Amino acid sequence: MDRIPILKLGSALLVTIQVDMHDRLATALEEDLTAKIVATSAKGVLIDISALEIVDSFIGRMLDNIAAVSRILDAVTVVVGMRPAVAITLVELGLSLSGVNTALNVDRGMELIQRRLAEAEGVDGNIEQ
Amino acid sequence: MAISSSESLDIRTSKDVIRVRQEVRTRAVEAGLSLVDQTKIITAASELARNALDYAGGGAVLIEAVEEGNRRGVRLTFADNGPGIPDIELALKDGYTTGKGLGLGLGGARRLSNEFSIQSKVGEGTKVTIARWKT
Repeated sequence: MDRIPILKLGSALLVTIQVDMHDRLATALEEDLTAKIVATSAKGVLIDISALEIVDSFIGRMLDNIAAVSRILDAVTVVVGMRPAVAITLVELGLSLSGVNTALNVDRGMELIQRRLAEAEGVDGNIEQ
Repeated sequence: MAISSSESLDIRTSKDVIRVRQEVRTRAVEAGLSLVDQTKIITAASELARNALDYAGGGAVLIEAVEEGNRRGVRLTFADNGPGIPDIELALKDGYTTGKGLGLGLGGARRLSNEFSIQSKVGEGTKVTIARWKT
């Protein structure tokens, strides 16, 4: 069965979605990703969708699910690289991806995760600001 | 309205939904739709194809390149022999679903299209027609 590769990038995991997602592939990605978050103690998940020509409610739900499960496992999900036409269409479709953080590209997404990590450490009281 | 080309595709599996998207993209590009308009009609097609799959166990789509005067567009007719929709107004409401989806498919497809019509009979099936024109 096809699998979407998950790369480790510092304290985060990077998933680049380049193929058209179908049901089983989406389910496999959710399972693989959650297993990998636990195995690597990742604090962030970057999902690069710059190759996707559309995001429908099926993919939207998948992204929301991944973000929700990751959050429970103490990892922040950032969806990066959404094409402008996809963003316009998503809003008209009625999908706001409210549970998902977004960033323009992988670099910005990584910054967002680092910032969250720094804030979390600050809250723990180890770092005085 | 003149129909310059048409083809029919079966929707039986999740992979067929992807094939429908690819065919719709090809027709939308041929009709000269802008990138945003292409994205809208492909997304609407994806929602309706998935609806046919999830709620009716499958169906078919007729993809047509249409012309009217000097404007061109793409028209899609999704038909299934599923259980039908008892209350269409309710089904068009965002967030309403009888399945596991988000309940955005039908209303979303309507918003993403220039033309939208739906006919449904309980116990017989559902037919949804959408069109997007070059602007």
